[in-house]
Amino acid sequence: MSTETQTIEALASQEYKAGFVTDIESETLPRGLSEDIVRTISAKKGEPEWLLEWRLKAYRHWLTLEEPHWLNAHYPELDYQDIIYYSAPKPKAKLASMDEVDPKLVETFNKLGIPLEEQKLLANVAVDVVFDSVSVTTTFKVKLAELGIVFCSFSEAVREHPDLIKKYLGTVVPYTDNYFAALNSAVFSDGSFVFIPKGVKCPMELSTYFRINTQDSGQFERTLIVCEDDAKVSYLEGCTAPKFDTNQLHAAVVELVALERADIKYSTVQNWYPGDKDGKGGIYNFVTKRGACRGESSKISWTQVETGSAITWKYPGVILQGDNSIGEFYSVAVTNNAQLADTGTKMIHIGKNTRSTIVSKGISAGHGQNSYRGLVKVLKGADNARNFSQCDSLLIGDRCGAHTFPYIEVRNPSAKVEHEASTSKVGEDQIFYCNQRGITTEDAVSMIVNGFCKEVFRELPMEFAVEAQKLLSISLEGSVG
Amino acid sequence: MDFSAPLCVCLKHKIMLLEIKNLHANIDGKEILRGINLTINPGEVHAIMGPNGSGKSTLAAVLAGRDGYEVTEGEVLFDGKELLELAPEERAAEGLFLAFQYPVEIPGVNTQVFLRAAVNGIRKYHGQPEMDALSFLKLIKAKTKLVNLDESFLKRSVNENFSGGEKKKAEIFQMALLEPKVAILDETDSGLDIDALKVVSGGVNALKTPENATVVITHYQRLLDYIVPDFVHILYKGQIVRSGGKELALELEENGYDPITAQFSEA
Amino acid sequence: MARIQTNQTQGAVTRYEEAFAQFERDHSAPAWLQAKRREAIATFSRLGFPTVRDEEWKYTDITPAANLVATPIFQFELNGAAAKVRTQLPFQALEGHRLAFVNGHFAPDLSHVGTLPEGVEVRPLSEALAAGSERVQQAFGRSVNGEETFVALNTAFAQDGAFIFVPADVELAEAVHLLFLTTGDSATVSHPRNLILLGQNAKLTVVESYSASTDGVYLTNAVTEIESGAGAHLEHIKAQLESPKAFHISTTQVGAARDSQLRSSSLNLGGRIVRNNPIAVMQGENAEVTLDGLVLTDNEQLIDNHTTMDHAEPHCASHELYAHVLNDKSVGVFNGKIFVRLDAQKTDAKQSNRTILLSGDATINAKPQLEILADDVRCTHGATIGQLDENAQFYLQARGIPAREARSILIRAFAGEVLASITLDAVRDEMEERISNKLQ
Repeated sequence: MSTETQTIEALASQEYKAGFVTDIESETLPRGLSEDIVRTISAKKGEPEWLLEWRLKAYRHWLTLEEPHWLNAHYPELDYQDIIYYSAPKPKAKLASMDEVDPKLVETFNKLGIPLEEQKLLANVAVDVVFDSVSVTTTFKVKLAELGIVFCSFSEAVREHPDLIKKYLGTVVPYTDNYFAALNSAVFSDGSFVFIPKGVKCPMELSTYFRINTQDSGQFERTLIVCEDDAKVSYLEGCTAPKFDTNQLHAAVVELVALERADIKYSTVQNWYPGDKDGKGGIYNFVTKRGACRGESSKISWTQVETGSAITWKYPGVILQGDNSIGEFYSVAVTNNAQLADTGTKMIHIGKNTRSTIVSKGISAGHGQNSYRGLVKVLKGADNARNFSQCDSLLIGDRCGAHTFPYIEVRNPSAKVEHEASTSKVGEDQIFYCNQRGITTEDAVSMIVNGFCKEVFRELPMEFAVEAQKLLSISLEGSVG
Repeated sequence: MDFSAPLCVCLKHKIMLLEIKNLHANIDGKEILRGINLTINPGEVHAIMGPNGSGKSTLAAVLAGRDGYEVTEGEVLFDGKELLELAPEERAAEGLFLAFQYPVEIPGVNTQVFLRAAVNGIRKYHGQPEMDALSFLKLIKAKTKLVNLDESFLKRSVNENFSGGEKKKAEIFQMALLEPKVAILDETDSGLDIDALKVVSGGVNALKTPENATVVITHYQRLLDYIVPDFVHILYKGQIVRSGGKELALELEENGYDPITAQFSEA
Repeated sequence: MARIQTNQTQGAVTRYEEAFAQFERDHSAPAWLQAKRREAIATFSRLGFPTVRDEEWKYTDITPAANLVATPIFQFELNGAAAKVRTQLPFQALEGHRLAFVNGHFAPDLSHVGTLPEGVEVRPLSEALAAGSERVQQAFGRSVNGEETFVALNTAFAQDGAFIFVPADVELAEAVHLLFLTTGDSATVSHPRNLILLGQNAKLTVVESYSASTDGVYLTNAVTEIESGAGAHLEHIKAQLESPKAFHISTTQVGAARDSQLRSSSLNLGGRIVRNNPIAVMQGENAEVTLDGLVLTDNEQLIDNHTTMDHAEPHCASHELYAHVLNDKSVGVFNGKIFVRLDAQKTDAKQSNRTILLSGDATINAKPQLEILADDVRCTHGATIGQLDENAQFYLQARGIPAREARSILIRAFAGEVLASITLDAVRDEMEERISNKLQ
């Protein structure tokens, strides 16, 4: 074995750094799923009748569906009766201020590098934290409220803004959409809600951190973001989980609604536990994310950096209804060891002069398998629709794979759709060249990979871009052999 | 058959920069270098010449620490240190520079980012602080003038879509930036027209100091009109079969490699 | 995922099974072939016809072709009709050898095979079978995927087609034209089967044409198997000029050995519902394969091309260019798979798929697909969908060319990129003319 390979093997065995468990008292419902569990979740949250009914409809619909199993991602059938659907940190008392948050929780988030205390916050980031299933705290709330912006946990939104929830919930991702969306609709326990009223540009990044802590618990959060006419928001989502050798299910739903000239930017850095080197444990990340550009000249932009999870299925899409609306998708997906990522986007062009851009960068190392699966659909009325897609794959090592499945369906002659794809590798000669100039192998790989991803990274807010680069280095360091 | 040693006796007591002793190396079990001996002192320019397949590029690769070569015998001292024990980047940090015959393209990696990583990698090795962005920018701008490179190349990806001439100029530019103790130029003249050759060799000559040394590996005598060597060595079948002054190169120009190869093929 | 089994084509499957029983009873075959046919009909019965729920048939509902009620023609002779159809044959200007098949059966009156170099065989498959050809017995069905419904159906019913063998180091200077013609007013089904074997360094140019002297409804289900020896050269052209109501399904399987250079162009102007599966497997190092395609549709035509470039060995190159020009309510489907197997290092695969929609009712469904398991490869694919270049159109008009004419010039230029690589002038010229006529 060359020295290079040895360094790499050493680095590849680097531990998942967010894999600790916080010893905190939780209130946990028994395992399993039934109408009773759905009712209990709803009751615990003091939900109105209509929401319970909606959950039950979703649950009944879910019962009629079958678990999807696709070609490039094998996983054993999940036992839905062995999952804990509700697990919440037990509050000591009602929280009056940040100081009263359980110190162990604060410690957890500090370990993750997400400071809860406002003075430690990165400038202008308001954070909502979802721990297991329940939103723990939302910072900067008062300041945002002055602008009429609502940024709170989903449960709170159900209590405080029921009309808004009723108006928009399930309008982008109906509970009938797919198996995991139906499951989420039945059992979702919390999540974030954002509402930006007419004409308001949210002055800071809004951020949610999701963490699964309890073994065998699923996380089914629900995020809804609504931007009224001429409103604008940039939203960040981060995810981690402790190391368990069983697989945990994460089946979230995210819905975005952009009205006239509204602008929503949604960025994700996903670092769920990917399982160990042999593919044991890790998160099944089966997420439905979709945005609707309902208004004319509205814009929705998804940016994601996916480094974690054992299996990721995720296709954030944009329905371009409003004339002149814009959809964007920028993605970096990394698979190492035995990870599988099947991700991409759906851009549905309905309105006139709608535009979409897709930039997907897949990086495979170890035995990782990375698939891009995308759909660009131009409907008959979508005159002058434009799409540009670019899917690039980077292979590190000779045991991994890259797959691209771009579906293109065009029914309008004035549409212009362009798709480009390429596959390349990190070459030994490139590494040697860098070494010869005094650059270490790790730095060389990191530099090449970052170069490969830069079109996506530059779409991320600054703080996130730095974090994404670090994550990428951790995921890949030393995977060249 | 060691012809090089007598010519390279150190008269003064200065430390030899590079000392290669009985170096043997294999690729895939096939012996390519079969006992190389060579000593290089500060201030010297050595030319290593030889027909195709004689082991010239292998020698350069082994010295720089490229993977895939197995050293079976011998040792190399670089400024007193065991060179073969060091990782490629450590060799670079110690002051060994290889101008590649085929400079590698690294798409997506900005040249300036690359150069800064190199300079700071080497500084870190020596326990020096990183160079700040502004000083670095000043430094590289000053160096681009040496080889007449358009500054715009700094914004492009490393060697990507560079012409052959640009690539070679960029190599010499990097050499200027990293200020090595020993620079090995592997077929730097191949594929260059006369104008580019003049620029490249002008750069190399300008970088020459009494403290550093240059090893020019070439198939043709042409380059040696511009970079005048103190010593010329002829490599054939993995050994240095003849050494001499610059007149040896002229002799080759006149008669070609045949008389030499004929002599040693029989041996 | 549970598949809801539709019974829409169950009746058709039964009809084919019954027809097979009759076929077997009335037409004897060598034991090895009979065994193959039985195996194939069993496979077909098991698989049934695909539905749009199958990923491979997502955009093409083949039910109308499957359900076509047709009288099987197990025997056919042109008799006196040869003179009548002779004038309707495509590529009459093409010199060389010609094997003609009418309604799936060899038509000697329309065929002509000139003097062949020693060892070369150019003859109907039926004749080779009758003569007990060992080569046919060994190679028949060897390289195609027997688990594909239409291939299985073809294997069960195949009676005739061309058998070509070019021994090592022999170059066949003149092209071989394999002409398939459908006649008559009643609905028919034919299963042409071609077997082409090239020895080491052999060279061949072959043209397959599919056309009709009727504008009726019929189904052609063709399979062409091509195997090459090391260093072989092949130029293959498949011109699909079926009647506007015809169903046409085809599989062209090409095996590329070490250092071989194979080029296949699929030109599609005819048919109501058409599905082509050109498949190339690079089985030896340094093989180079080109699969090009042209689709020109109008009215309610649906033409579906599912290409597969399978890089099984290292250092192979593949090129693919598919151009679609879709008018009226027609639909184009392009699915271009590129597989790079685990050991296929240094693969260089390029695919390009370009489409022009000429009407507001036309649709293109494209799915370029890369599956790469080796790390040292260069693979690119690109798909563009759009209109004619407005600037170019304006430029032509500004030089005095009427809009309609300018448009036609630009479309012909677009299609011409695929035709440009065809070395047979007679084929290229006639295709250019046919394209112009279709665009009128």
